[in-house]
Amino acid sequence: MTATALAGRARRYDSARVRADFPIFERQVNGRPLTYLDSAASAQRPRAVIAAVDHYETHLHANVHRGVHALSQEATAAYEGARERVRRFLNARSTKEIIFTRGTTEAINLVANAFARPRLGSGDEIVLTRLEHHANIVPWQMAAAATGATLRVAPIDERGELRFDEFSALLTPRTRLVATAHVSNALGTVLPVARIVAAAHARGIPVLLDGAQAVPHGGADVQALGCDFYAFSGHKIYGPTGIGVLYGREALLREMPPWQGGGDMILSVSFEGTTYNDLPWKFEAGTPNISGAIGLAAAIEYLDSIGPAAVRAHEQQLLATATAALQQLPGLRVIGTAAEKAAVLSFTIDGIHPHDLGTILDHEGVAIRTGHHCAMPVMDFFGLAATARASFGCYNDLTDIDRLVAALHKAHEVFG
Amino acid sequence: MDLKELYRDVILDHNRQPRNFGPLSPVDTSADGHNPLCGDRLTVYVQLDGDRIRDVHFDGKGCAISVASASLMTEAVKGKDRAAIRHLFDEVHATLTGASEEPPASLGKLAALAGVREFPARVKCASLCWHTLNAALAHECVPVTTE
Repeated sequence: MTATALAGRARRYDSARVRADFPIFERQVNGRPLTYLDSAASAQRPRAVIAAVDHYETHLHANVHRGVHALSQEATAAYEGARERVRRFLNARSTKEIIFTRGTTEAINLVANAFARPRLGSGDEIVLTRLEHHANIVPWQMAAAATGATLRVAPIDERGELRFDEFSALLTPRTRLVATAHVSNALGTVLPVARIVAAAHARGIPVLLDGAQAVPHGGADVQALGCDFYAFSGHKIYGPTGIGVLYGREALLREMPPWQGGGDMILSVSFEGTTYNDLPWKFEAGTPNISGAIGLAAAIEYLDSIGPAAVRAHEQQLLATATAALQQLPGLRVIGTAAEKAAVLSFTIDGIHPHDLGTILDHEGVAIRTGHHCAMPVMDFFGLAATARASFGCYNDLTDIDRLVAALHKAHEVFG
Repeated sequence: MDLKELYRDVILDHNRQPRNFGPLSPVDTSADGHNPLCGDRLTVYVQLDGDRIRDVHFDGKGCAISVASASLMTEAVKGKDRAAIRHLFDEVHATLTGASEEPPASLGKLAALAGVREFPARVKCASLCWHTLNAALAHECVPVTTE
């Protein structure tokens, strides 16, 4: 085979083959093939993930870090192996920096409680952006309410991009933390996280990045990003629900007190006092979600086998095609037109409420998300209660866009 | 499951041209309703004549099912007393959830909502206005006097 042929082969993205890895597409919805355009809410699982979880449950299960018996040792090896797989995925320096959580939400709550609260006092400030998911708003509101700190919110423009100058102006000597999305879940906007981290670090302010919507579209390199904390969820990158990751810089994690107390996070306990376990286990009280961690590692392995860059390029092509196709439809308005977007397409149609669109599309076998996307401040900015949102994953293809467009025509037909 | 069963002509008509839409003044009681799933918000305004609803309006934003249901409700409850409204709500609820096979004849135009039963995710859209009306009637402002 010639080099050109090889290169051509490497470039061509075989979405049919990828799709065949996901058994959910063998079923129909409302008598039609499934067009799944709701991966930003939760992605589907490939067989490799289902098999890894099944293998663990069938052959390996025991509690971790406890027994000397074979099963416990094998379960521990698998669980800690998953941590190493996540470390490699995020390019963290050490597995001490990888904490398993229930998801992005719990990861952010961990930082809010164990990092922010002890450092916050009256008059201190936490800087967020208008684009945040509720999971990156409410934990900070709770920490602020408990400490007398206040939240400052960096504004966005009509395209759904961060107003960077106004963000920078919010960074003051009272700023204790910047917490921002890497990618907006509601609009798809990719935030200028490198500039955000640089601006914050120039003033000695630590940065947490909510990566829930970023890692499925090309992964994340925490050393390149330079952030202090990074959070993401397993189920958004084709892994199980109930498992997620907090990356934290070791020096910061070391200083932080534990958040939850219990088994596994201790070295020794007496009624006089307790010695906490080393990193990362200090932050993993109780029996963890062992099968979830193993499933997450399998999902990362799967994503790596297709290639995060190839997935990203494929999704960008779908996004561009879908955006162009939808803009042809009468009364359709794309919400969120940032220059750099992940494969998320939020829109409204004049005279048809998003919830009605959702029902009509579902009837045609097309699953989209409708509502406020757990980002009500974003909706308020655009003067909307809700949008319809199509989001793309590695298994989507041009047929899905055709089906989406046909279903939107159907909606026009129904509503006359 | 047929979309036309859900989006019947009566529903589409009341969505496009909601009846009794907009605030009412003076108002004896009102309530706000909110469906956080879809972001629907509506307000129901009521003028009372003793135990009877003299006039009722609504406003707000919502999907076709919630707007049409509210519009149909305002037409249906005008002039009725509380007991009759309670009875009507029970019949509407049974129709929406599929508890009753066929909508009773007493429902009149409200029977157009019967298609919702095939779309369980949409029952809340159709019942939001009724819960809001109930809330308005439950906390009816009693004029305060100092005498």
